Amino acid sequence: MINFTEIKRSFFISLWFVFLTFPIMVIRVNSIEKTVQWRWINVVYILVGSFVLSMVFRYMLRRREMQSTDNGDEKGKSDQNIIHRWFTVPQYRNTIYGVLLALAIIFPLVFSTYQTSIMTTALLYVVLGLGLNIVVGLAGLLDLGYVAFYAVGAYTYALLHHFYGLGFWVALPVGGLLAAVFGILLGIPVLRLRGDYLAIVTLGFGEIIRLVLENWGEFSQGPSGVSNIPRPSLFGIDMSLDTALIYIYYLMILFVIVTIFFVNRMQDSRLGRAWIALREDEIACQAMGIDKMKTKLAAFSLGAFWAGIAGVIFAAKTTFVSPRSFTFMESAIILSIVVLGGMGSIIGVIIGAMVLILLPEYLRFLSEYRMLAFGAILVCMMVFRPQGIIASVRRTYTYKKQDSTEREVA
Amino acid sequence: MDYFIELLFSGLTRGSIYALIALGYTMVYGIIGLINFAHGEIYMIGAFTAFIVATILSILGFPALAIIVLAGLAAVIWSASYGYTIEKIAYKPLRHAPRLSPLISAIGMSMFLQNYVLLAQTSDFLPFPQLVPDFAFMEPVAHIVGSTDLVILVTTTVVMICLSVLIKYTKIGKAMRATSQDRTMAMLVGINVNRIISVTFIIGSSLAAIGGMLIASHIGQINFYIGFIAGIKAFTAAVLGGIGSIPGAVLGSVVLGLTESFATGYVSSDYEDVFAFSLLVLILIFKPAGILGKVDTQKV
Amino acid sequence: MEKPILHVSGLTMDFGGIRALNNLDLDVKEGEIVALIGPNGAGKTTFFNCVTGIYKPTKGEINIYNKHKDKDISLLGMKPNQVTEQGLARTFQNIRLFSQMTVLENVMIGRHCRTRSFIIGALLRDKRTMREEEEIIEKSHEILTKIGLRKYENEFAKNLPYGAQRRLEIARALATEPVLLLLDEPAAGMNPQETIELVNLIQEIASEGQSILLIEHDMKLVMSLSERIFVMDYGKKIAQGTPEEIRNNPAVIKAYLGEEVDA
Repeated sequence: MINFTEIKRSFFISLWFVFLTFPIMVIRVNSIEKTVQWRWINVVYILVGSFVLSMVFRYMLRRREMQSTDNGDEKGKSDQNIIHRWFTVPQYRNTIYGVLLALAIIFPLVFSTYQTSIMTTALLYVVLGLGLNIVVGLAGLLDLGYVAFYAVGAYTYALLHHFYGLGFWVALPVGGLLAAVFGILLGIPVLRLRGDYLAIVTLGFGEIIRLVLENWGEFSQGPSGVSNIPRPSLFGIDMSLDTALIYIYYLMILFVIVTIFFVNRMQDSRLGRAWIALREDEIACQAMGIDKMKTKLAAFSLGAFWAGIAGVIFAAKTTFVSPRSFTFMESAIILSIVVLGGMGSIIGVIIGAMVLILLPEYLRFLSEYRMLAFGAILVCMMVFRPQGIIASVRRTYTYKKQDSTEREVA
Repeated sequence: MDYFIELLFSGLTRGSIYALIALGYTMVYGIIGLINFAHGEIYMIGAFTAFIVATILSILGFPALAIIVLAGLAAVIWSASYGYTIEKIAYKPLRHAPRLSPLISAIGMSMFLQNYVLLAQTSDFLPFPQLVPDFAFMEPVAHIVGSTDLVILVTTTVVMICLSVLIKYTKIGKAMRATSQDRTMAMLVGINVNRIISVTFIIGSSLAAIGGMLIASHIGQINFYIGFIAGIKAFTAAVLGGIGSIPGAVLGSVVLGLTESFATGYVSSDYEDVFAFSLLVLILIFKPAGILGKVDTQKV
Repeated sequence: MEKPILHVSGLTMDFGGIRALNNLDLDVKEGEIVALIGPNGAGKTTFFNCVTGIYKPTKGEINIYNKHKDKDISLLGMKPNQVTEQGLARTFQNIRLFSQMTVLENVMIGRHCRTRSFIIGALLRDKRTMREEEEIIEKSHEILTKIGLRKYENEFAKNLPYGAQRRLEIARALATEPVLLLLDEPAAGMNPQETIELVNLIQEIASEGQSILLIEHDMKLVMSLSERIFVMDYGKKIAQGTPEEIRNNPAVIKAYLGEEVDA
């Protein structure tokens, strides 16, 4: 695969990139002090980096070409490699879940409170990812304003406490339900739009919510946000900061389990099948008697519900909410998690959230490049592996005439 | 009355800038059916490139006119290059993928470019020099219409005319129209579709670069994030006028610019962005085809 | 005279300036196989699209006879899924299977409109929901066996050979328990062997009492299967009758072959 023409090609490409990135990467001006800084070393980085990357990129493009022409038949089977085997055979899968659960439970006992807090954040994104997965991964509705529902949940708790002194456990269902209501209200006018228009409208809606929260000071307390939000209590016992954080961690584990259970049940149901049919072919799906609007609204509002719940927990964990936490970037990050993990795959989303949230934390020196990496991941995943790390596996139904049905589910 | 005229010209100026960006959106959408999410970042990179070149040239003592021309040229060259490269990396491989894939890829590209500039340059707001000197003959009306406003309006009009001539009367323009109507057929009659698509991106990016430079000079500062908001607003304008339609993009931009100007002037300036986003949401819900657009019926 | 289960009268469909359907009348009686034929562009698929609610007709009436309620129900203005609920199921000219789903799941989708469990049912998996799921699987297996696709049941739909894909579409439509089955060029692209199998399949389905309205270009198939034929050209009905009558109808011959040139 590596021959001289390819090397020559990549060399010229790297020269192109040196030209392309020259003003931005090499030159830095200070117009006040009238100085110019030339960072020539970057030329070397770009030259080498883009040479290597272009070789890799073009190689993978060529491989992608060959794969698609070769085996149209084998495509379905080749996706099911050994890893999938682990996740689909019930005994293996349950063992993995069991091990993960055990690890999760002993985590705070082994690691510091700081680490636990980080893990809690990662778990929060797991819930968000699973919620968005219902909307994008299963039903195929690209919601770029998902963060708006997250904000609704968070601000519900913040303001219920600020104005009425209500506690966590009251705010939790209210936040979720309110977000679901917003989901339905937004969904009704918007869900009949075509895919890319839907994406932009939801993005617009997300931004509107954020801007309203920022500017409607009397209600939302404006850009400075709402603070002093209490953490969830355990039967009114006073807890130290450390204990409270660990308590939230365990609550989070519980919520993740509930969410996984919920998504699993939804996926493998009449509604779940309808979502997948909807994602595949809207017209055929309607022709088969599926009510498009009702099905879409169900996905949209359920996704919103989970975002709302996650929002309440977020507010409780950080004890402070401000509009700044709910930008479009957040929606993009959650989208990256779903895209990376695999649209429609629960395990994939979990892995995606862990990778995308934990890696920058543990590789501190890389955290600056986090958003850069997210962007690159979105592009690369779409080009090379749109089904995600773990492609969702279709279930096989075995029907035994005597006993009840047995199902193996991904 | 003076205030009204001031708002009017301010709105037209805004509209002109939106038009320069919106044209890029609408042309790309017309030809490959993609909302180029990263287009706002092209505009931002154009502004940054102009800024860097202009600063160097002014330190070296070049005359004002030379600075404008050279900085503008640099902005156009580099933005066009970025547009060309982005298409080849993030969109071309996805030409036959389902519709959502290139959109997600575009979002990724947008994130990437924003943070690329952020990391390579700075997160600060950089002061952008006023490139257009205050014209003497504008003195009497300077409180209503500034020199930069005038330059923006004139430049945009000239650019618009050139673009229309290009699309309508040149061979390339014809090829572009053919490709946007039926790509397969265009290929079959011998049009190099890849090249036409690249040309479309190049033209769109060049326009955005000019817009970036002009508005940066007008507002006086740039920042890695300006592409996002400007991009959304320009997209709103393109949709308002009818996405895929070039006159539509201009019309929508003017309407949006005027609406924003009068709304912030007479109602409230806090909610400026909310107007644009709300307008976007409302158009897409009630009239997605826009003012000049056609509703495309799906063949079953 | 038997009451027709589908009765269309005066159906007109305009797309801007183009009149795709012009005052069309058509009816199908219970248990009949009726064919709709005509040159390309005559408006046959447009007719299907109007009847199934994908397009909204400019004028006309579309009525389906509901046995339980013993009355005609107008399908005008209904959304496609409502039309299917009322008992009209269709296949598509260009196959529209759910390619990422298995064969069995495609058929299971067809059962959607005859079942009811929603969010709560999915969540709780209560007795009624589980019984519904069993019934869905059982019925789907039955249909697949009848169609002869049972052995493919866990294959992805996109991996099936072409002829099997067309039959899968029919299976999926049958799963909705239709009063009338609409087949849009079911034999398109099939070789002679596959076509014979298709004819046998359609005859078998019809012999169980299923009413069928089909669009086809394959004249042999049309003539051998149908009891009545409607002929369209330029959006209008130009002839109607038994295969014999149609075969010798000068208007039909003219539409397909053009006029005779006097020597």
